[in-house]
Amino acid sequence: MNFVRAHVLVCTGTGCSSAGAEGIISAFEDQLKKNGLDEEVRVVKTGCLGLCAKGPNVVVYPEGVYYNYVSAEDVPEIVEEHLLKGRPVTRLIHGDAEDASKATNLTDTAFYKDQVRIALRNCGVINPEDIDEYIAYDGYAALAKVLTEMTPQQVIDEIKASGLKGRGGAGFPTGLKWQFAANSPGPVKYACCNADEGDPGAFMDRSVLEGDPHSVLEAMTIAGYAIGATEGYIYVRAEYPIAVERLKKALEQSHEYGFLGKNIFGTDFSFDIGIRLGSGAFVCGEETALMVSIEGKRGEPRCRPPYPAVKGLFGKPTILNNVETYANVCWIINHGAEAYAALGTEGSKGTKVFALGGKINNTGLVEIPMGTPLRQIIEEIGGGVPNGKKFKAVQTGGPSGACIPASQIDVPIDYENLTRIGAMMGSGGMIVLDEDDCMVDIAKFFLQFTVDESCGKCSPCRIGIKRMYDILDRITAGKGTLEDLDTLEELAAHIKGNALCGLGQTAPNPVLSTLKNFKDEYVAHVVEKRCPAGSCKALLNYTIDPAKCKGCSACSRVCPADAISGVVRSPFVIDQSKCIKCGSCMEKCKFGAISKG
Amino acid sequence: MKSLEELKALREQMQSKMNVRKDDNETIRVVVGMATCGIAAGARPVLNAFMEEVNKRGLNNVQVTQTGCIGVCRLEPIVEVFVPGQEKVTYVKMNAEKVPAIVAQHIVNKQVVTDYTIGAAE
Repeated sequence: MNFVRAHVLVCTGTGCSSAGAEGIISAFEDQLKKNGLDEEVRVVKTGCLGLCAKGPNVVVYPEGVYYNYVSAEDVPEIVEEHLLKGRPVTRLIHGDAEDASKATNLTDTAFYKDQVRIALRNCGVINPEDIDEYIAYDGYAALAKVLTEMTPQQVIDEIKASGLKGRGGAGFPTGLKWQFAANSPGPVKYACCNADEGDPGAFMDRSVLEGDPHSVLEAMTIAGYAIGATEGYIYVRAEYPIAVERLKKALEQSHEYGFLGKNIFGTDFSFDIGIRLGSGAFVCGEETALMVSIEGKRGEPRCRPPYPAVKGLFGKPTILNNVETYANVCWIINHGAEAYAALGTEGSKGTKVFALGGKINNTGLVEIPMGTPLRQIIEEIGGGVPNGKKFKAVQTGGPSGACIPASQIDVPIDYENLTRIGAMMGSGGMIVLDEDDCMVDIAKFFLQFTVDESCGKCSPCRIGIKRMYDILDRITAGKGTLEDLDTLEELAAHIKGNALCGLGQTAPNPVLSTLKNFKDEYVAHVVEKRCPAGSCKALLNYTIDPAKCKGCSACSRVCPADAISGVVRSPFVIDQSKCIKCGSCMEKCKFGAISKG
Repeated sequence: MKSLEELKALREQMQSKMNVRKDDNETIRVVVGMATCGIAAGARPVLNAFMEEVNKRGLNNVQVTQTGCIGVCRLEPIVEVFVPGQEKVTYVKMNAEKVPAIVAQHIVNKQVVTDYTIGAAE
């Protein structure tokens, strides 16, 4: 064995992979060989480091220097300067700290310093395709402890004491769920994992599976032991190819080491896990639909009760937990329920992973203790709204979720406080909106999504949401009436009360929350036929101010629709019947003569 | 994998390989000046010798790394040793032959090899 003095960790999550991580890895391997460093410096593939916006990301240890926007062309410089001569390449170092020259270490950056990484503890730290690295970071120690030192009931009590709640969106206490399944009689039970993450803008589960697949397998095995199951399934969407591939590798390695299979750790406990791929139906993320899909039938939800803990997969008692929920379990077993419960707030313990997206500088993945104020997430960790625009709201929880308006920016993020202000935790997608985003249009976007994804089994969802969508479409086209707003609320109440499953029951939420917090925008669309954000094209008019126009003809040359005409050196005019409202003219005008409204 | 002992043994073996990525206060750091001046003066064999020696002794709590020009080019190759809780020690005019003594006396037994330090050279 050679002494390896440095590790180069290259993020191979989906974001960085699509930005060229593979090419960077081979460039490192070539350059290290060329410089005779290939025996003492190791290149390691790792999972998501979180700051997807600035990928491809690379971390060099032992210094922990964090490089952003790395390209294969930068690699020779990093190898020759940093790895050979010990001079970090400052132009590529992530620089959000006050003193950029000192912020060489990942953990010192504003993006990382307030994060507490439990579910993401190994993401960006280990090679997800190497079980040995997972073991070095206490991998399978929790399983060993559970099987040799704890009774199933003790495991359940520990999870209960930790206060862990389901991270998939509904927030049901995990320990209680396990207790129900453990109490259900019968020799055959199942411990399953919901990895059918479908909310637009959410990629927490994807990153956990890509960065630390063993932590989910280990936790599922622990859950199996706790409830008395011998089999489990992971239901993962086929749209996550890297996650699926790494899960398969992890399963193989886990079998090879004997962490799955018969008589684990020499005990009489046996457990095995199968992978089932989803085919792109959002409704299959709903637990009852997911289970019938595993059974090989059409993915449609059914009424509850009976709950899965009583009658689930193949009619047997089943627990179904989300990926992120499982990712917390081994940490709780290893560090104790108390350590976990010490984080967070009274009613919401531990941490939560959020996928930051939309109008935010640091698009990416963050994990914060429950109770962290929204302002800190947006302004400090997220690095604020780009281009000096004004923060308007965040949309959490995807199509089931709601908007938190700027006036509530100081709300602590936990289950209770979000419910109190009429929002919800959701699965963790957090889409930041700025002054240019029209709230009616955002509601319409999510409704369009649920209309497309409705399975059609019950009419409130199949017909009701479609009607709501039609009304929103009318409003954004400037053809809405004030009665429409009342109809929206009435429909929403009916759908919430009568839809069969969570998809339908929560689908009106984006409309209700924008109606509540941004009613003035709806009214502006309906009464004034105006879109305050300047986003709804049907309500926009671009006009040229004759006083400011110099007649340079730049606008008419850039117009793709030939809608602008005039004589050079005298004011130009836009023909509204031809205008397609693309905004090119406004961008081109040097004199600020064109305005929209 | 059939027992806890097996898992523990594997974990310890793997941890020694992952030591480089550790960010704590218990690790001893050996930093070799590897700027142009250092390399010209022969820092590369010194770095190699440190890696070899640390590896030979199976020391899990030592990181060997390099840095740029420290500023006193005339005394290169320069090596700095950081033992947690103690003041930094700077060794100068290093060569591969001096390395085993530093590893044995300073890193393992916490006794500074005063003959090789910057104080002795000045």
